Parts: sequence; C-alpha cells; structure tokens
Amino acid sequence: MTDQVLAIDDLQVEFRTEEGVVKAVDGVGYALGKGEVLAVLGESGSGKTVHARAIMRILDSPPAFITNGTVRLGDIELLTLDEDDMREVRGSRVAMLFQDPHTALDPVFTVGDQLMELLRERRKMSRGQAREESLALLQRVGIPDARDRLDAFPHQLSGGIAQRVMVAMAVALEPEVLLADEPTSSLDVTVQAQVLELLGSLVAETEMSMVLITHNLAVAVGLAQRIAVMYAGRIVELGPARDVYTTPKHPYTAGLLRSIPDIQVREERLPGIAGSPPNLLKLPTGCAFSPRCPLADDRCRTEVPAFFAVGPDRWSACFHPDEVQR
Amino acid sequence: MSSHRPTSYLEGISAVDDAPSAAAATLWTDVWRKMRRDKRFWVAAALITMFALMAIAPFLFFTKDPQACPIVDFAQRPSRQHWFGTDILGCDYYTRVIYGARTSFKVGLVVASVTIAIALTLGSSAGYYAGKTDMIASRIADILFSVPTLLGAILVLTLFHGGGALIIGLVIAFFGWPDMFRLVRSTVISGKSRGYVRAARTMGSPGRTILRRHVLPNGIAPVLVFAAYVIGGAVGAEAGLTFLGVGLRLPAISWGLQLAVADTRFPELAYLMVYPSLFLCLMIGAFILLGESLRDALDVKLEPND
Amino acid sequence: MSAGDSMLETRDVVKHFPLNDKVFGSSGVIHAVDGVSITLREGEVLGVVGESGCGKSTLSNMIMLLDEPTSGQIYFRGQDTATFTKDERFVYRRQVQMVFQDTFGSLNPRMTIQDVLTEPYTLHRDVVPKEQWDDKVRELLALVGLDPTHANRYPHQFSGGQRQRICIARALALDPQVLVCDEPVSALDVSVQAQIINLLKDLQQRLGLSYIFVAHDLSVVRQIADRIAVMYLGEVVEYGDEADVLLHPSHPYTQALVSALPTADATGAVTGKRIVLSGDLPSPANPPEGCRFRTRCWMAQPKCEAEKPALIDRGTGRPAACHFVTSDPAAPAAF
Repeated sequence: MTDQVLAIDDLQVEFRTEEGVVKAVDGVGYALGKGEVLAVLGESGSGKTVHARAIMRILDSPPAFITNGTVRLGDIELLTLDEDDMREVRGSRVAMLFQDPHTALDPVFTVGDQLMELLRERRKMSRGQAREESLALLQRVGIPDARDRLDAFPHQLSGGIAQRVMVAMAVALEPEVLLADEPTSSLDVTVQAQVLELLGSLVAETEMSMVLITHNLAVAVGLAQRIAVMYAGRIVELGPARDVYTTPKHPYTAGLLRSIPDIQVREERLPGIAGSPPNLLKLPTGCAFSPRCPLADDRCRTEVPAFFAVGPDRWSACFHPDEVQR
Repeated sequence: MSSHRPTSYLEGISAVDDAPSAAAATLWTDVWRKMRRDKRFWVAAALITMFALMAIAPFLFFTKDPQACPIVDFAQRPSRQHWFGTDILGCDYYTRVIYGARTSFKVGLVVASVTIAIALTLGSSAGYYAGKTDMIASRIADILFSVPTLLGAILVLTLFHGGGALIIGLVIAFFGWPDMFRLVRSTVISGKSRGYVRAARTMGSPGRTILRRHVLPNGIAPVLVFAAYVIGGAVGAEAGLTFLGVGLRLPAISWGLQLAVADTRFPELAYLMVYPSLFLCLMIGAFILLGESLRDALDVKLEPND
Repeated sequence: MSAGDSMLETRDVVKHFPLNDKVFGSSGVIHAVDGVSITLREGEVLGVVGESGCGKSTLSNMIMLLDEPTSGQIYFRGQDTATFTKDERFVYRRQVQMVFQDTFGSLNPRMTIQDVLTEPYTLHRDVVPKEQWDDKVRELLALVGLDPTHANRYPHQFSGGQRQRICIARALALDPQVLVCDEPVSALDVSVQAQIINLLKDLQQRLGLSYIFVAHDLSVVRQIADRIAVMYLGEVVEYGDEADVLLHPSHPYTQALVSALPTADATGAVTGKRIVLSGDLPSPANPPEGCRFRTRCWMAQPKCEAEKPALIDRGTGRPAACHFVTSDPAAPAAF
C-alpha cells in the first residue's frame, strides 16, 4: 500500500439505548492510500454512516460509545486525541460531506459568509483574501455565476448547487481525507452525475483520499478503486471494485447486485434478497446474514465467520465464498 | 438459480422471529416507564394525591368543624389543641387551611376543563380548517391575549362583586384560554400535514374524524403538559385574586382569604401567613413538577432506529 | 368495460400555486402542472417519471382529488370528476387508492396494524360488515406477505419494507381498481425495493389492478410500467411504451435521464455516454418561453424559444415535445 493515509483497525461502536445495547459497528478495519477512493457500500443498519462519524468523532455520546479500535491518520491516533486537537484535525485533515446539503448549511448566513468564516478562522486569512479564495473555491466546484452566488442564501440554491457548495466547504482546508456520506442520494439523477464527476476530478487533481459511503453499487463502481461491503456493523467483503462487482465473494454482495433493477432488462421477478434488514437488537447466532442467505448451512447459523483473505487483496466474511453466484 | 431460495409472498418474513422491538408496545407505556423513574413525578404525585384527599375527604386529616369558631379562642399560637393555632375569628387554623385545598382544587379543575374545552374545539377547527374559522378565532384570541389575565380578571370580577369558585374559575379561563388555543392550533397545523392524515383523506375520512383519530391523539402531548401548568397557574391566580379582594369572600374558605387577613396582622401574628403560603406553594409546585416530568417523559423520539 | 378502456384520464390539467412574493416571475404563480394529458388504461401500469419540480406529485394529488386543478379535467371511467356528487366522490375514494413514499409517516404511530387496516371499513361501512373485519385483516396481511399474528403491533415495530406492505394492504382494503403509487420504493433499502416491486407486480396481475406509478428512478419504472410519461417542469415531454421510451428515448431530456443512470456492464466498466446537462432547473415560477427544456438542452436553437414544441408524434412512433426529435437511435446515449 503506497503511502497509507488512513488506517482503521477493529473499530467498534455501541449505542446504549433503553431497549438494550446495539453494536452499530462491530470490528471495522481498512487502510486507505493516498489519492485512493474506497467505497463503503451498505443499507440501513449496516453501520456505514456511524463508522464515518466515529472517525470524525462527531457521534453523540451518550448514547453512542466508541468501545474499541484505532484510527490512524498519518502518524496521529484520532480516537485518543483530546477535543481541542480533534477540532484542529476536523476540516483541515479529515473532512466530511453530508447527504443533505440544506441541513448542513446554516440558513441565516450567505454562502460567502460561511465559506469566509471557515477560511478566516482556520487558515487565518484576512477578509479580502478569504473572499477571493471563496470565489475561487466556488468556481473550482463548477458553480456558474460564482460571484453572485457568494451572496446567496442556502434556500435560494438548488440541491445540486447547494451540494457543490458543501463540497467547496469540505475541501476548503485541503484535507487529506474526505468522508463523503451518501453525497448524491438526495439529489436528482441528472445532478448526481455532475456531483460525482466533480468529486472524481477533485480526487484526481489533489490526490485527496476519499471514503465514499453509498448504497448504490453502480455509483461505487464508477468512482472507487476498492469496495467494502458492510452488513450489520461489519465489513463482509472487501476488494478491488471491478472484482467485487463481477465476482462477489459474499452472498450479500451478490444479493445486492441481483436486487438492482437494470434499465436494460425488464425482469419478470427481481431476485432481490429475502427477509428484512437486520435488527441490531436481536441479531441471530452465527452469521448475521444467515437468515436471508441462500447458501446458509448449520455452520453459518452457529459460527460467526471471520474476515479472511480469499485472494490477493480480497477478503470475505463467509464460509462459502466460492459458491457465490452473481 | 438453483442455489437461490424461490421468492414468495412470504418474503416479508425473515426466518428469525420478526419482532424488532416487542418492548415499547405503545408509546404511552414508553412514557410511563420514563415517568416512573423520575423522582419529580413521584413527589408531584404524592403531593397532588394528598391535596386531592384534602379536597374530597378533609376529615381524613383529623380536621375539626371548619365553621366552629368560638370567638373566645381567637388568635392563639399553634399548640397541641390547635396544630396551626387559631385565626382571628377563633377557628381552628389547621382545619381552615386543609379545607382551603378544596377551593383551590375546584378552581383549578374548572379553569383546566373550560380552558381545554375551548382551546381544543377552537384550536383544532382554526388549525385544521384554516380560512375564515382561523381568522375569527385567532383574532378573538389576540384581543384577549392583549389583556393580562389577572388584570382582566380583576376588572370583570369587580363588576361581578366577586363570586364563587365557579365564577372565578370561568373568569380566569376566559382570559387564559388563548394561550392553550395557540398551542393546540399550531399542533394541529403541523399535524395535518402528516402522511397518515393524507392517507385518511384519500380514504374519504371527514375532517372531524381525522382530528379525533389522527391529529389530536398525536398532538395531545404538549397540551397535557400545558394543562398541568394551567392548573398550577389557576390555583395561584385564584389565591391572588382573592387576596386582592375581588375573588372569594367570606364565608368561603380560601388560602387567598387567609393570606389577606394574615397580611393585615403581620408581623405580630406571623404564623397566620406561614401555613397558607406553604400549602399554596406546595400545590402550585406539585402541578408544575408534574408538568415538567410529563414533558421530559414525552420527549420521545418517534423515529425508528434506521 | 373491456381491457384497454380508459380508466383514468387527465385532459390538459393545470395547477398553478399563487406566489406571495411578486418579485419572481411576471405572473406570480408557480406552474406546478401546466397542461398534462395522460391516460391510464384498464389493467395497465402507467409510469410517470421526472425529477424534482416536474409536477408529478402535484399531479398525483389532483388525481386523488386532494387538490383541485386550476383548469382541465380529470375523468374516471369516462366521467368528469368535477361533476361528482358528494356520494360519487366518496365512492371514488374506494376505487382509487394511494401508496405513499414515506412508509413511517403514512402510518399513525398510535394505531395498531389492526386499527390501520380496519379504518377504511369504519368509514365505508357498507363494504365489509364488522363481524368479518378480523378475517379481512388476516387476509390482507397474508396478501402482502406479512404474518397475520402481527396485527396487534404498532408501526414502529416493523421495518421500512414491512411498513410499506402494511400501507399497500391498507390501500387494497376497499378493493380498489386503481392504485396511485407515489414513489413507493424510493425510501426503501435496495434489497427491499426488489421485494416490494415484485409484490406490486404480482398484486396487479392477481387482482387486475391499474397503476399510476410515479417515480424518479427509471430502472425501477422499467420493471413495472407498461407505458411511460416523462415530465419536465410541469409538462409531459415524452409519452409511450416503456421499452421504447427508455431504450430509444426521443426527447433530449429523456435521453439525459437515461444516460445519467450510473450503469456498469458485466465487467464493471461504466458504460454509455453520460450526458451532463448544463445549468440548473429553471424556477417553476418563471418557466422558459417556448420549450421549457431549451435552457439546458445541447440542441437548443432559436426556434425552441420562439415556438413551443407540441407533444406529437414526429415520426418516432410516439409523442415527444421536441422540434428536433429523430427516430435515429444514434442520438446521444446509444447503448
């Protein structure tokens, strides 16, 4: 792995609720290289968003508690930093991009104000410098009429433009790692394409690393070099994007692939995955996916599969990785 | 795909027992669970129960005849015979103070029921049907809002030359309902845009049924909390009005009256002020505590753990 | 009524919402729906696709008689719904039901599933007598693939997919003829979407229903619709058989929509030329003169502003609202 930028090991996050303890993240680990895009794929309850917030340490605690793990950013351990140091890291070394731009932008300040505040506080720029830089950032993310937009309020912007503004804010401090949490899920399809292209080009230009959290496999394959598939708080498959897409080594990945409707084909019946997403309060014994898995046998129902290598740079948490059919 | 289980209608059921949270069956049991653990609730409940008993069955508290006031016994300090002493008319003060709870409770309940009745009917109509109904109701409420409750009550009661607990309760409610009206109205306005309301409309459900079945039950929470505060406030208002001379008059028994008399005899007969004040504070405080614990318990996030 | 007859028809339906702020637009209204004419035939699924601001939700609301059109008519089985008496309207509500996007918000959290499913019977008392309610509830739950013994539970105890099944069961309680599905799977996990789409398809065939299926995801619509209407800024820009519209789109907006789908072929390579539209969606308060799509269209010419393209067949076999439509499949987004 050339130039490891982010290395996570055995990250565990618990939610202590009235109804019991929920293990939202149960031993997640991966390494991210410089300029690499890793897609983290999963549905509800997979833990994909929680793990990203754990890295940024923006989880509400209580009820969330990071009970184990190491997150190394270069040479610093993020989980043990005190809050002041972590605040320094946030934005300037690790930044996060959220799903809904309108909830992340402050409605009472103009776009320019918010960008400038960021630049003046963190990069100690003067007012004039900050304004220039803000303008440059907006242009960089492809916002037309950037000068006018500086004085616009968030509600005056369409979803696509607002998300671009979010991207601008996220990269304003030139972070090493960008955690993009479903950045295009709330956008129209025609706009999604634009924003994804933007992210791709930013990564290429600046060698910024990106963790792209999504539930859309095609989005993942289009942008990422590697894909990690999460289910019930664990990574169940990890490998190069193309490989995971063409020859999945975990039945859940295969199931996801089969669930995605293809505009080319009108299926009589979409295969899909039987059953419901996992209830983290009542996980079954053995493999969490076993109740829905077509390959499950008795071993799967009693023993939790370890996450082991099934090939060079390929891992799977399944006892039957080679029986998986796409 | 031989390895793939044939899909069927029962795809909705997974092999594992599909009861995500058999706990928290209803939202009210959830609320009750939280309240049960709140000390404030128990303190409030104990106090309110005690006052309720005082109101309904004062004899349980070893009271004497409240009207037996041998003038010869007047203004005696607390003793074993008279636990709170006697007042200036010679009545057993302990008995009089206990009996005062009944009046306060009566007024509190009258105010609460009238306020809730008006606020619910007007507030839901104004909020749900909007348009003219809303305009008229809101303007009336605004006019009454501009009159401070106590001031308005004083004015009206002066015209009435005071009155019984019922009249006073009605007057307080008359000036006080706009507050709860606004709460109900805004709750209904936000409630009527809910998905299940839309679903009910597509079924052909008439407005009043939607209000009754969907909007109000889901919006009742803040109203209940407010109701607790209303009762507390009413008790205080009655005491205040009576103290000022426009509320109840003798031979009614009211803490307000007792405080008025105690005021004229302060500081020589200081004990006269202590007991009614204490009871008044405890009763008002109890309702406020109830409201607080109810409010915190109702602060339930109604979203699932997605 | 034979198959293929018109079940639901909108004729030039328009919905304008007044704008309080007179700063935008000359007319001070939001042109949510501006002259939409579509027909749902009996036994078919009509897909209505478009992105935000296209008016599809407003259209569904009007079809459900939740909102009145500013102008235009909505016909149900040949009768103008504007002429409905109160009773006829009430009966309409039995015959045309709706499935919503928000599975959680569509269910009253204080009602058990039993209550939810019997509510329609409390309103339409002559459909099912009270003694049969329990049986009906069991039947409905089984129909949508849920365990009948769960009828006494509350919505928050179910997953998103299960809640949508409950909503579908509720919509079927009164034996409707038409279901208007407004983004029924958009809020669900991918693995569950497939289940619900399958369910809707099966129900349609088993019960002989007709659907209006509103969605923004073209690949989902592909699986279930027979015909498709593509909407942009309040108007229909293309209309025809689903395979034709989606595989050989004539209108440039449809082409852009189709090309924007992130698709990857069997080798994982991203296929298709992705058309990236320029500019932003114009404000519905101030739609462009002439062709509304011209501000983002790569083929735009002066003619597009001067003359509004009508929704007619220009040689491609189906109506498309564009002056430069060709039946040449070599237009952008060739697969």
